[in-house]
Amino acid sequence: MLIQKQYIVNLASKGERIDGRGSNDYRKIVIEKNPIRKAEGSARVKIGDTEVIAGVKMSVGQPFPDKPDEGVLIVGAEFSPLASPDFETGPPGEDAIELARVVDRGIRESEAIDMKKLCIEEGEKVWIINVDIQILNHAGNLIDASALAAIQALLCTKIPEYDGERVNYEKKGTQKLPINFRPVAVTITKIGENFFIDPSLEEEEVMGTKFVITSRDDGNICALQKSGSEALSVEEIEKALDIAIKKGNDLRGLLS
Amino acid sequence: MKRLDNRKADEIRPITIKVGVVKQADGSAMVTMGKTTAIAAVYGPRTRYPKWLQESDKAVLRTYYTMVPFSTDERVRPGPSRRSQEISKVTRLALEPAIFLEEFPRATICVFIDVMEADAGTRTAGINAASMALGDAGVPMRDLVAAVAAGKIGDEYVLDLEGKEEEVTKCDMPVACMPRTNKITLLQMDGNLPPEDVKKVMNLALKGCKIIYEKQKEALREKWKIE
Repeated sequence: MLIQKQYIVNLASKGERIDGRGSNDYRKIVIEKNPIRKAEGSARVKIGDTEVIAGVKMSVGQPFPDKPDEGVLIVGAEFSPLASPDFETGPPGEDAIELARVVDRGIRESEAIDMKKLCIEEGEKVWIINVDIQILNHAGNLIDASALAAIQALLCTKIPEYDGERVNYEKKGTQKLPINFRPVAVTITKIGENFFIDPSLEEEEVMGTKFVITSRDDGNICALQKSGSEALSVEEIEKALDIAIKKGNDLRGLLS
Repeated sequence: MKRLDNRKADEIRPITIKVGVVKQADGSAMVTMGKTTAIAAVYGPRTRYPKWLQESDKAVLRTYYTMVPFSTDERVRPGPSRRSQEISKVTRLALEPAIFLEEFPRATICVFIDVMEADAGTRTAGINAASMALGDAGVPMRDLVAAVAAGKIGDEYVLDLEGKEEEVTKCDMPVACMPRTNKITLLQMDGNLPPEDVKKVMNLALKGCKIIYEKQKEALREKWKIE
């Protein structure tokens, strides 16, 4: 393992990678829409061997007092112990919480969903959107896969019928969610002095630091998160932003 | 542009830093930025137990960020929240690059941060306090870590947002850096801005860090001065 780590670092210093990818290449991305019939919308995303499913469940509940005429968005993530030897049972740990919050911020801050249209009765009843992210296999770069799965699941979501008293989950709804923007996250890792996107698990183990940039259709940036320990210079961050915006556009091209 | 408290756009809130506020701790500091106050205490480096959690080649840094129940308008429920756990993590990552952890194998350094009063910028006040507390404890460091947030309100780029400003800003970007080398150790943002504006906000925050850095050095010197 130590030999492999050194090998990755040596390759990285030449801008090369253990699986032969270029520094700005994603692994093969596969998106499957609505794999979960019980969910209002869902998406399975595979990036290489990494696999996640995002599911959307909708219910009717009370709005937050400071936003009485807006729907509610809740994003959660579960690192199931079946997905990696490093995951443990129990309540979500630090990394799962961070992932959920970064994905949440991307969707919220990009104003992806028109929350005002999800109000049923001001101050009383609004739609509550629960986006839950389930990791099925951890082979690196969980955040990009999760953000992609989350927005694809939201794009697939059909609002169930509501008769004023109960939500009819039996019948599929017809109306889609009011989505204006499609935020996607791009993770950039620094190994040695070079940048690499879409880190594999092995690369994440040797990286100095990683930096997650969420952008939306118009090129605006809506969330940033430095999520590794090594420090970065201003020039490095500016370079990372440029890469992430380009790659973000490519990722959006995969959504439908 | 005039701000609520008559500050200029690139001016930080009044800041006071006191080191050695918790006598029992190996190092401690209290930082007040406007109406936000954070206290940090450092314990260690000390041996880490249980033993299987030790790292053979370096010390393990642990950070705990907490908002005390009476620090906000609405009472904060005690115990870790999703928010506090994420902030604890990014605080750890913000401090780690500055500390010579490799000098203390098998040890742990614990940093506890309590936010006593919150009016925006609590994680940055916490990082400022933590870095001062580490300095106060005599933990060997490459540099102090200085932190502040910046944003954009209307067309104006503004430094060190207070609570009311945080509600209307187009973006909220907390930044921490090691000012001597200008290396960034914490960078988060939520909001919605074109990349050019993001870069401007970041550079404004870095400028703010430099101002805070001078105050930090002053406070440490004050503590160690010989009469």
